[in-house]
Amino acid sequence: MNDIGWIDAALTAARPQAVAALLRYFRDLDTAEEAFQEACLRALKHWPLNGPPRDPAAWLILVGRNVALDHVRRRSRQEALPPDDVISDLEDAEANVAERLDNAHYRDDVLRLLFICCHPELPATQQIALALRIVSGLYVKEIARAFLVSEAAMEQRITRAKRRVGAADVPFETPGAPERAQRLAAVAAMLYLLFNEGYSASGGDVHVRVPLCEEAIRLARLLLRLFPAEPEIMGLLALLLLQHARAPARLDSEGAIVLLDDQDRSLWDREMIDEGLALVEKALRHRRPGPYQIQAAIAAVHARAPRPEQTDWAEIDRQYAILETLQPSPVVTLNRAVAVSKVQGPVAALEMIEGLAQPLAGYFHFHGLKGALLMQLGRDAEARDAFNRAIALAHTPAEAAHIRLHLDRMQREGKPRSTKKASAHQRQG
Amino acid sequence: MYYAIFAYEPEPAVDALSKEQDAAMMAELAEVRRKLSAEGKLGPVARLMPTPAATTVRRATETVVLDGPFAETKEQLLGFYIVNCETLQDAIDAAQQLTAPRRAAGLPGALEIRPLAAYFPAGA
Repeated sequence: MNDIGWIDAALTAARPQAVAALLRYFRDLDTAEEAFQEACLRALKHWPLNGPPRDPAAWLILVGRNVALDHVRRRSRQEALPPDDVISDLEDAEANVAERLDNAHYRDDVLRLLFICCHPELPATQQIALALRIVSGLYVKEIARAFLVSEAAMEQRITRAKRRVGAADVPFETPGAPERAQRLAAVAAMLYLLFNEGYSASGGDVHVRVPLCEEAIRLARLLLRLFPAEPEIMGLLALLLLQHARAPARLDSEGAIVLLDDQDRSLWDREMIDEGLALVEKALRHRRPGPYQIQAAIAAVHARAPRPEQTDWAEIDRQYAILETLQPSPVVTLNRAVAVSKVQGPVAALEMIEGLAQPLAGYFHFHGLKGALLMQLGRDAEARDAFNRAIALAHTPAEAAHIRLHLDRMQREGKPRSTKKASAHQRQG
Repeated sequence: MYYAIFAYEPEPAVDALSKEQDAAMMAELAEVRRKLSAEGKLGPVARLMPTPAATTVRRATETVVLDGPFAETKEQLLGFYIVNCETLQDAIDAAQQLTAPRRAAGLPGALEIRPLAAYFPAGA
């Protein structure tokens, strides 16, 4: 690996803590970011010579703070900057800062930084874009590419979002327990959105955008490391790992969606699955179930099945029933219906989704599942209607192409099919 | 004499490695392992899952099961090797070889060498 490669990785790793601490110090996002940038430039100069400091975050905080303070002084008094070598030997100073920045501080600083991005008035995509820019340090160009908009449009979006959160008053005192819990929940929701944005792209040609998923996993790891006893954060990381483990099998070589039932399970990432399973089990031992833990438990059932027909659908049905009480939503019921179709058959599942026609009228997966259930029952004309509606609502060409496959198959075979296809529109796919 | 070599690193630094960087480091480490193994020095090797998956069982008046690793430190135990070496110097040499790929990946952590008091490779 070249020099720049490892420095880049070290800077990326230190960024959330360093920017968060600088934000607490300067109480201004732009100043904190600029200070961090300056510190990175110095790191690029010093680290190749001296090797990485023992605590890169502490080094960057100290240098960033000094540089920014110098700027302020220089602006006010026109004084010259101290020469670089004054800050080149930081061993002792660094240890001091590291000492002062105890874990509790780091923890709440990083949480605050993430929470600032979750301003409730910001639409979800802007929350995500802001987090990717500020916390992850992705370039505007990279974020623009991930969201399939022009760089200028993304630049404008982020600037506007920053202005908004800058005006918001997020207190800098150490938060109390209820406040911390509330911030954690908001941040977890944002990370979940970020992951979903990558997992099932909301537009464009690409169905799975791996870098967004990986960034969401990295941030969830960061969050769990800061709050290691929060079962819902364990559940969130487990969920993301278990879902992402299937990424290599979710699309075929032509980019078409491969359903859960048809996926080559040997392509699933075993390492991610094992870690996800370990985390779910650990989280559930806390006996404080939450939506992420339950969704992770459902993903775990799929991950444990060596072959699709060995899936414990009754267990999935049970977990969805718990999820319905924790977080009632038509989408949850729709997903439960998939499990019900496996355990009790398509008639029971159709009954279950009957009441969802209105709330989910504009939801691709509703019409897709309905079509698949009707197809199983041999009600081809109704199935065709549902499929056509699904196609009209598809977000990506891959989604539409997938439904067309069903229509073609129906056309070709012209008779009822096996029960296997009831999973056609499970989001787990 | 058997020695355990424990690998400590700050986890965020490991997280920040790209898949390719991690794979490159692991490939280089595999090379070192092959060499130590050919010299008849290498016993079991393990890479541990990240610490959020860890659980600590502590005995107070009654057993308490806690989240997370035993100690909250900047550097975490991420893996270990068991080596069979004549002398401590040999073990240090082995550790030094295992250090190089980590350094190349920019990981700042350390390898700790601990002589084993007892060794049961098959768990007997």
